[in-house]
Amino acid sequence: MATAVASTEEHPNYLTHETGWKSWAFTLDHKRIGLMYLAAILLAFLAGGIFALLVRTELAFRGETIMGPTWYNKSFTLHGAIMVFLFIIPSIPGALGNFFLPIMLGAKDVAFPRLNLASFYIYLLGAGFLLYSILTNAVDTGWTFYTPYSANSSTSVMSTTLGVFILGFSSILTGVNFVTTIHTMRAPGLHWRRLPLFVWGQYATSVIQVLATPVLAVTVLLLTIEHGFHLGIFDPKLGGDPVLFQHFFWFYSHPAVYIMILPGMAVVNELIATFTRRAIFGYMFVAMSSVSLALLGFLVWGHHMFVAGMSEYSTMVFSALTFLVAIPSGVKVFNWTATLYKGSISFASPMLWALSFLFLFTIGGLTGLFLGTLSVDVHLHDTYFVVAHFHYVMVGGTVMGFVGGLHYWWPKMTGKMYNETLARIAWFLVFIGFNITFMSQFVMGSQGMPRRYWDYLERFRMMHGFSSIGALILGVGFTIMLIMFIMSLKSGKKAPRNPWGSAGFEWNTTTPPHPHNFEATPVIRRGPYDYHLATEEELAST
Amino acid sequence: MSEASHGHADGHGHHGPAYLAHHFETPAQQFDAAKLGMWLFLAQELLFFSGLFVAYLVFRMWYPEAFSVCSHELDWRMGGMNTLVLLFSSLTAVLAVRSAQLGEKGKTSAFLLVTVACACIFLVVKYFEYSHKFHAGLLPGKFFAPVAGHTVASVFPPGSASFFSIYFMATGVHGVHVIVGIGVLLWIWRRNESGEFSKDFWTPVDLSALYWHLVDLIWIYLFPFLYLID
Repeated sequence: MATAVASTEEHPNYLTHETGWKSWAFTLDHKRIGLMYLAAILLAFLAGGIFALLVRTELAFRGETIMGPTWYNKSFTLHGAIMVFLFIIPSIPGALGNFFLPIMLGAKDVAFPRLNLASFYIYLLGAGFLLYSILTNAVDTGWTFYTPYSANSSTSVMSTTLGVFILGFSSILTGVNFVTTIHTMRAPGLHWRRLPLFVWGQYATSVIQVLATPVLAVTVLLLTIEHGFHLGIFDPKLGGDPVLFQHFFWFYSHPAVYIMILPGMAVVNELIATFTRRAIFGYMFVAMSSVSLALLGFLVWGHHMFVAGMSEYSTMVFSALTFLVAIPSGVKVFNWTATLYKGSISFASPMLWALSFLFLFTIGGLTGLFLGTLSVDVHLHDTYFVVAHFHYVMVGGTVMGFVGGLHYWWPKMTGKMYNETLARIAWFLVFIGFNITFMSQFVMGSQGMPRRYWDYLERFRMMHGFSSIGALILGVGFTIMLIMFIMSLKSGKKAPRNPWGSAGFEWNTTTPPHPHNFEATPVIRRGPYDYHLATEEELAST
Repeated sequence: MSEASHGHADGHGHHGPAYLAHHFETPAQQFDAAKLGMWLFLAQELLFFSGLFVAYLVFRMWYPEAFSVCSHELDWRMGGMNTLVLLFSSLTAVLAVRSAQLGEKGKTSAFLLVTVACACIFLVVKYFEYSHKFHAGLLPGKFFAPVAGHTVASVFPPGSASFFSIYFMATGVHGVHVIVGIGVLLWIWRRNESGEFSKDFWTPVDLSALYWHLVDLIWIYLFPFLYLID
């Protein structure tokens, strides 16, 4: 960045310079908004996680364990809806993106700070609708809301879909904000080829958010009206078509999974660069692969519908395109691995999460190819193989990335360090628990265990038992992590400006950052991974 | 630290003109950001409506006869008038922007109000169209029950209910956007009246006119697709 770094003596920071609840509720500071998002999405993760534990507890033994089939259907629906819409989509962009994007660009804030605050309140409103619908006859349709069941169900479909509609706007407005910020508010000297890869990842994510989410909005709007007024667009009895719903739904929801993974990949770039102490290998390839994922991701939605009744010709086209969309992800994994080779690798806790991402996302991605292969998908569709695949990419991928980023940037955001030993224990339990939970599901799925079933055949008993034990271990791991972060807030050691010795731009601000991020707009003279150009003072980790 | 700007050089001193927000370096940067943000928002609006247009295309492909017959139940003269009204309102919207750019406060307000008036005429015509449909029983989906003697056609082919589902969803969602547009234009009119805009700063007028042009554009497509099928 610039030639001098911020001093570590007493300075105003964004946490302390204004106090009182109004200074938070009406803040325009992207850092405070980021923290509020962080609190909200962590609560959502807790809620979604509780539903997951309910599901896995029910499935731990055959027959009814803790609930009947209707409540089971509600539990997996709510687990999915909460995790997708309230947790994973807003998580990295809302919490980490909001906090660090402007700082990495050398800007004082995002382009539209009031819109940013509005995005957060719109998120809360959508969450409120979802909460209301949970308390009043929760939906049991699966998070995918397939018609005609969802259009005719007596459960609270309308308030849930309206909640999703509202949440979509939060996502869209964040996307508009980030794209505009990246285009118009880069500091002098920060041309596109010097952008941190975290920014490239957020940029690609935001493009998808802007272009794909409105299609979800119109889909859930049509479903809401269909449910309330029997419009007949998706109901065959009224001349409609349920497969049309699936096309509409997946046209958003497939790009949505790239909204989910790209930010995770964006974080991993930063972690690997810092903890190998070198530039990411093949920077431009990695940057362009993010953009390609954003574009190609719009072309493959039909792979969710291979057995829905589409023409064979279109399934072939979608299968071919699905193989194509795997390539940019592969490019990234190869480039990250090349970065590790002969890098100066540190196994600090954030890096453990990044390495887990590499390993687990690769498994998840490769298993996607099994599902993208038409003949194989006929056997694997709607089995636990699919469930395991998407948990490997979403949890083994995005959640690992998010948690790694949370650990990595925690000192910068809070000014405190956390207990490294507890962090390692938590990581170990999560990693082991995750693999036990979901590897067994690949096995079950390939043996024919269908998804969303409340009960199962005797031959799956052992695998389901394993899977549920894994879920318990996962829960314990995350609980330890929660305790660790709370302890850090209460009594963590004061964090230095750059605890990891990173060359990234965000580490040049004070810890915690100045209310306006910088005393004056920096001038950028090197890239974020140029360890050979950064001064010793910039990289000092004490 | 090298400074590219002197924004904070004198503490709470002059950052720039009053309309320059604190986080922007220059008015030009602020304007560029505002324009880009608005165009992105319009892009997503376009995608939102495209879902409805796709639904239209799909159902028209399945029920061509029904679409042709039902299209004749719509009054193309009323639709046509609404089209002309909206086109004219787009003209007055852009004239409002031009006046704002020239610092002509009175004319800006006048053009904004004429635009709003046109929008209201649009909604009134829409009201008459909708109430006719209601009386004739030409309603969407389950509620489709044509009343003999009130309709042009005596026999409705299968899929006619779907036509009216699409008709009401598409024109209804468009109508909501017209109502929002009225609100936005009136808000901008109030801000203009309070002297907020000048030769140097007229961005909000520009952005709201852009939104209005999109609302007009959507109707330009809806009209032939719904009213002029053959």
